[in-house]
Amino acid sequence: MDLLKLISDIEKVDPEVYERLDPRRRVFKHFGLAGKTLTAAMLPGLVSGIFQRAYGQGVSITPAVRDVLNLALSLEYLEFYFYDTAIKATGLIPDVDLPAFRIIRNDESGHIKVLREVLGSAAVTATREDFDYSGGEGRGDGPFKGVHDPGKYALFLGVAQSFVDTGVRAYKGGAPVLMPNPDILESALNIHSVEARHSSHVRTVRRAVAPGGNPSNGTAVPGNLSDLNNVPKSWISGKDNDGPSPSTTPSTALVYGAGIAPENYPAENNTSQAGVPIVGAGITEVAASEAFDEPLDPATVKKIARYFVRNTTQLFV
Amino acid sequence: MMTNSPNPTPESAAAPAGVPRRAFLRYTGASVAITGLLLAGCDDDSDDVDANLVDVGADDTGILNYAYALEQLEAAFYAEIKNGAYYKGLGANSAEKQILDDLALHELAHKNFFKAALGNNAIKDLEPDFSAVNFGDKNSVLTNAQAFEDLGVAAYNGAGRFIKSPTNLALAGKIVSVEARHAALIRDLRQYNNFVGSDVVDLFIPTAGSESTPGAGTGTGKERSKRPQEVLNTANQFLKAGSKLSARSFS
Repeated sequence: MDLLKLISDIEKVDPEVYERLDPRRRVFKHFGLAGKTLTAAMLPGLVSGIFQRAYGQGVSITPAVRDVLNLALSLEYLEFYFYDTAIKATGLIPDVDLPAFRIIRNDESGHIKVLREVLGSAAVTATREDFDYSGGEGRGDGPFKGVHDPGKYALFLGVAQSFVDTGVRAYKGGAPVLMPNPDILESALNIHSVEARHSSHVRTVRRAVAPGGNPSNGTAVPGNLSDLNNVPKSWISGKDNDGPSPSTTPSTALVYGAGIAPENYPAENNTSQAGVPIVGAGITEVAASEAFDEPLDPATVKKIARYFVRNTTQLFV
Repeated sequence: MMTNSPNPTPESAAAPAGVPRRAFLRYTGASVAITGLLLAGCDDDSDDVDANLVDVGADDTGILNYAYALEQLEAAFYAEIKNGAYYKGLGANSAEKQILDDLALHELAHKNFFKAALGNNAIKDLEPDFSAVNFGDKNSVLTNAQAFEDLGVAAYNGAGRFIKSPTNLALAGKIVSVEARHAALIRDLRQYNNFVGSDVVDLFIPTAGSESTPGAGTGTGKERSKRPQEVLNTANQFLKAGSKLSARSFS
């Protein structure tokens, strides 16, 4: 087998072949070869393995891992098109905040690329038309109708916060399932923390646009524990008083509440970790809840997200 | 002796046009792997254990102690901030005071949690050395706060693969996203809209004209992990002799 010729030929139809191979420099290590003698008999398997990994197909992932990643990918699509639509809308995002939302949109695009590569042909697909950001399951008349309209920045930010906090909880809930695949687990963790950074920033911006806030910089506005719905901290205090829109259907209370099996997926106001009470020694109830984010189960995540897609799609089913 | 090992690369391998051999080996990781295979045949004689280092230990206890050590450092840092002129000069109702108060509480909560969870397996109380920080100066305080928070996120992300118990992985996940929230806010406080940056995230750059096509571009949008030794090389700069750390089981 002329491996170098093969790579060269692939390059003619896929100029990105080197990029695909590049992040997997330690690919040999993952085959468990460290400390073993490389023999000619092992080469064909190695070579096919390299390409399977490079192209994200044929990686042996269980149905459980696939489901976690496809739910994550579906959420990334939900967020990507939400932000992309907002960036292209007129009169919605102030100029001072456009760079931030371009960064967030681009991060989601990268996450989609990463997840697609791991899932290969098993990856779900989605288009802008699959989503109903009014929260109306495709009817377009949900409680967040007009979320991309001029002058609806506060509404947009509230929905953004709800999406990203759902995403952070979903990745957290899915992580243990990914443990048999350390590289995939680490990729998910590396996405998870970026989503948490997004949440922090969106919350900071919400403080800026709240009444009395300085529209250019939310870092100068403290969070308001008496109005967490509109002026949250950059982290989640208790259940954030059930989030930006507690009394609508869907309610953002779902985003901060307990999941199915609350012993594994407690509400965000949880103050006990692994049987250890966090309150005490100067740690208040609010601080104890803020210091730990909580995971959410796939069924509850899907229940939330399902409001934001056409009911004819298979997303979040 | 490694230094006398023959070059393992076949000199006769002719690379086809457009694929320099060295570049190909780099891309596939083959040179690294081949070196590793040779190394595996040598005795491991580089194991000079420094008795002065506090080793975090092995298995999940080791990772929990690793996290406990970092949380000790962060908690001590935010506690020390409160003794400094910068913090004392902040308005009682200012956002900055609320932020620093919260961070101090959160990191103390993390530290206390790990200490309780580890029980008799916990490493000792570490003695920090913040002599490089000027606690009277906002820029010095926030620069170092950002460094600690970003380091914490990279550390948890890079330690996840070593964790064996799903419960412990879930616990790490509950904490790392709070550290990421901290990091993003401190970064925004220093420079607005800098909540992610190329120093911590492999930023995704869309292909020009294809910004609305998901996945079209270079980069990944993933945060960069750091392995324990890399993290400790930084953390040890803020710890006194006798409190400096090693993580020999996690390399």
